[in-house]
Amino acid sequence: MFTPVMFASILPEILILALAVILLVVEPFWKEDQRRNVGWLTAGGLFITIIVSLLFGQPGEPIAVFGGMIRFDWLGFFFKLLFMFAAAVTALMLMDHEKAGQRGEAYLLLLASLIGMNLMAVSADLIMLYLAIETASIPLYILAGFLLVDDRSTEAGFKYLLFGTLASTIMLYGFSLIFGFAGTTNLYQLSEMLTVGSLSPLVAFCLIVLVLVGIGFKLAIVPFHFWAPDVYEGSPTPVAGFLSTASKAAGFSVIVRFLFVAFPEFAPSWTLILAALSAITMTVGNLLAMSQTNIKRLLAYSSIAHAGYALIGVVAFSQLGATGVIFYLAAYIVTNLLAFGVVMAFSRVTGLEDIKDYAGMSRRNPWLGLMMLAAFLSLAGMPPFGGFVGKVFVFAAGVQANYTWLVVVGILNSILGVYYYLNAMKYVYLYRMPNEDEENHPISLPRPYAIALVILTIGVILVGTVFAPWFTWSDAAALNLF
Amino acid sequence: MNFPILSVITFLPFIAAVIMLMVPADRKTEVRGIALATAAIDLLLSGWLYIQYLTGDMTGYQFIETYNWLPALGISLKFGVDGMSAPLVLLTGIVMFTGVLISWGVYDEAHHISAGIQDRPREFFAFLFLLAGGVFGVFVSLDLFMLFFFYEIAVFPMYLLIAIWGWVKTREYAAMKLTLYLFIGSVVALVGALAMYWTAGQNTGIYTFDMLQLEKAGFSSAFQYAWFLPVFFGFAVLGGIWPFHNWSPDGHVAAPTAVSMFHAGVLMKLGAFAALRVGVMLLPEGAKQWAWLVMAFAGVAVVYGAFIAFVQTDLKYMIGFSSVSHMGLVVLGVSTLNHDGLVGAGVQMFSHGVMTALFFAVTGMIYDRSHTRQIPELGGMMKALPFAGVGFIIGGLVSMGMPGFSGFVAEFPIFMGVWGRQWMLAVVASISIIITAAYIMIAIRRVFFGPMPENLEGHISPITALDKVAIFTLCSCMVIIGVFPAVMVPMVEKGVENILRLLGGA
Repeated sequence: MFTPVMFASILPEILILALAVILLVVEPFWKEDQRRNVGWLTAGGLFITIIVSLLFGQPGEPIAVFGGMIRFDWLGFFFKLLFMFAAAVTALMLMDHEKAGQRGEAYLLLLASLIGMNLMAVSADLIMLYLAIETASIPLYILAGFLLVDDRSTEAGFKYLLFGTLASTIMLYGFSLIFGFAGTTNLYQLSEMLTVGSLSPLVAFCLIVLVLVGIGFKLAIVPFHFWAPDVYEGSPTPVAGFLSTASKAAGFSVIVRFLFVAFPEFAPSWTLILAALSAITMTVGNLLAMSQTNIKRLLAYSSIAHAGYALIGVVAFSQLGATGVIFYLAAYIVTNLLAFGVVMAFSRVTGLEDIKDYAGMSRRNPWLGLMMLAAFLSLAGMPPFGGFVGKVFVFAAGVQANYTWLVVVGILNSILGVYYYLNAMKYVYLYRMPNEDEENHPISLPRPYAIALVILTIGVILVGTVFAPWFTWSDAAALNLF
Repeated sequence: MNFPILSVITFLPFIAAVIMLMVPADRKTEVRGIALATAAIDLLLSGWLYIQYLTGDMTGYQFIETYNWLPALGISLKFGVDGMSAPLVLLTGIVMFTGVLISWGVYDEAHHISAGIQDRPREFFAFLFLLAGGVFGVFVSLDLFMLFFFYEIAVFPMYLLIAIWGWVKTREYAAMKLTLYLFIGSVVALVGALAMYWTAGQNTGIYTFDMLQLEKAGFSSAFQYAWFLPVFFGFAVLGGIWPFHNWSPDGHVAAPTAVSMFHAGVLMKLGAFAALRVGVMLLPEGAKQWAWLVMAFAGVAVVYGAFIAFVQTDLKYMIGFSSVSHMGLVVLGVSTLNHDGLVGAGVQMFSHGVMTALFFAVTGMIYDRSHTRQIPELGGMMKALPFAGVGFIIGGLVSMGMPGFSGFVAEFPIFMGVWGRQWMLAVVASISIIITAAYIMIAIRRVFFGPMPENLEGHISPITALDKVAIFTLCSCMVIIGVFPAVMVPMVEKGVENILRLLGGA
């Protein structure tokens, strides 16, 4: 009954679960001041999981396992690798968080959410999908509100919970309607049931919109983005970084599988909705980011805008488009984690989060300044960093699919992006502290940060220069959609 | 193949930048040493490359290196130089080398002498070398994707270099303006390039960014008419073409000396070169269709730039607008699409690069010592800084297009080419020569001769030996080409043959 393939298909999740159990057992034995070491355990365990999965858990031909609940293919696998990488880095960054880093629960919740995301990427059934989304979301609600003494964090957790449950309810309604029309919950059978002949386009449109509400919430695309800035600002910074990268990418892993596999026949209608959403998302995200004074809010709006860029690839509805989305997300995850990591490292020492507080930062720690430069230039889409290549790929897919107008909107938006990213860098490099005594206010980097940030910086440059391997993987993943 | 000289030239600055960033921040001399050594090696290599091409009786693209980068999309790292780009590679080597020399500077707290880059030289040279590597990359890339890749790398360090080390009063404004202009230009061109990629793929069945393949893609006339303007002007923004030149003088003025040299000397050529390579060479039909428009804009730039330069009182603004005027000549030469005009444009790119680098170097030396660039507030510099003065005068003679200097070798064919197309425009454009002569001579008289203002008396310290080496290097290039045009013109002609072949012998 339980074949080796089934085992391989959930190998990462099994390992993560084992890691979580070990963590639970070990944590009480450590004294309070040593509990941050749980972070080492988590990160190390996840890196081992990545390696073991790469060695023994690689998918072959796409195959449905567990009665069609899970699809074992490269698409899911590549996303899983990305999520696990993001979680490992987040664990490293959590370690020196003043209030959250000492508490084992934070890491446990992180792992629980990670299992949910992994399952999101491989779900081939609406029921499984819903369960996975909830498994991923509920720990994140708690993590966002993790700092009980901090009102902003409590507000963030609560806001996230309320918006999240509302969105997921609407999505569940959509799922049940789909089941009602099609008589099946399996994504791969849906495409046979829901054909242009059997379902009126208007109904299909409504079904897709209902589901898009739920996924759009995960992606934080306009108009489902309202929670994002407040939640990012209030929640512990590493959690915000995780929310804006892995959680968003998980949403994309669902949206591409759901739309490409189950609704290919209705592509004309949903590409149109998504094209509109993409254009609005980019524009609103970037315009609002320009006027932000808090760096976490700036990154929140910028991450909204980035979801808009990535959607261009979904809109293109082509092999290259899907490859572009996946590549874009890989680049974006590394980049945005780096950006949040720098913000985290800075506010850990200074306790400050306003952009103007970054004045003189490059003199206080030149390396941190350079890393921030790499992250922000990559976000702005400049080579030799990952963001540039990702943008070129999704734009190329857009031009190929005759969505030139959307690409033009994207390009106009990247110009706005360049403006505000460079504006933030101006504080880091150009302005000075009030007394010009930066030497006396160095920013030290604890070892976990140093490791995480260096890995991420190298990652950002590698994705942007030696892009062939990542492209090949993204391409292999995208191939599973058609 | 043999020694991969083009990759070495291109990637050496990047490697040096990383190494420099590893050096502790207070080891300023070591950082400068690394910078100078790298620049010298790059200069020697690019010089060797140039001589090989010149004496080796080569035609077409040479020193070709190909590495598959992303075969799935037809992206390869393909390098090669022809008669058009080899002089520009040499130019970049020269400007890089002299730029490092100029930035070395002197610092003497006791006598309030502070020249060159004293604040955070490590970051300065690292960013400057990123820029230089990007520039080399554009000149040698034969792959459209890689050309963009390097083009963007060459653009963004400018923001930091100007914003951090620039002139306090305007640097933030100028740096942002410059970056946005250039970024907009490049992304507009990028859309055009993507359109070319897909259309070429549909036409030939081979999806590739290789420009040698794209040349044969057989774009339809309608496609070429539609996309030539975005692509050409997208790049030409960086060439300072009127009416998109506005960023350029502001950028020149705000930038520190070495960056001004790079900016006017090399980066503007990058724009003109990319416009030629991608716009004209890949879309020749479009170029023929729109040549009149480009010619008109360039004609305006030539005359208008000269007039604006004439009324400037700030030395750097004067040179900045004269660059607009001289780069206008380059674009004018390109727009003729005939042999003479293109040869002139090729030589003018090199000549103007060296000349303007020299101007900015000397201006920087004067400003570091007198703390003013206002022409009326200066005077008598010839006595204090004779070497710099002679250099400036030679640069001035080149700028005026005096025979015996490289400016003449460049401008004469351009005017011949323009005459062949539209003799009226040649007459109008030649007004600029008179204006140029006027403002250059006025500036020389005011700044270098006459009495020195009292407040400057005794404050002008002599320039360093390194500065002299830089001035000497730049001057000798201009004189050698002026006296022996054979060291450059035949080479550029080979590059032009290739362009004319694509234009169908127009």
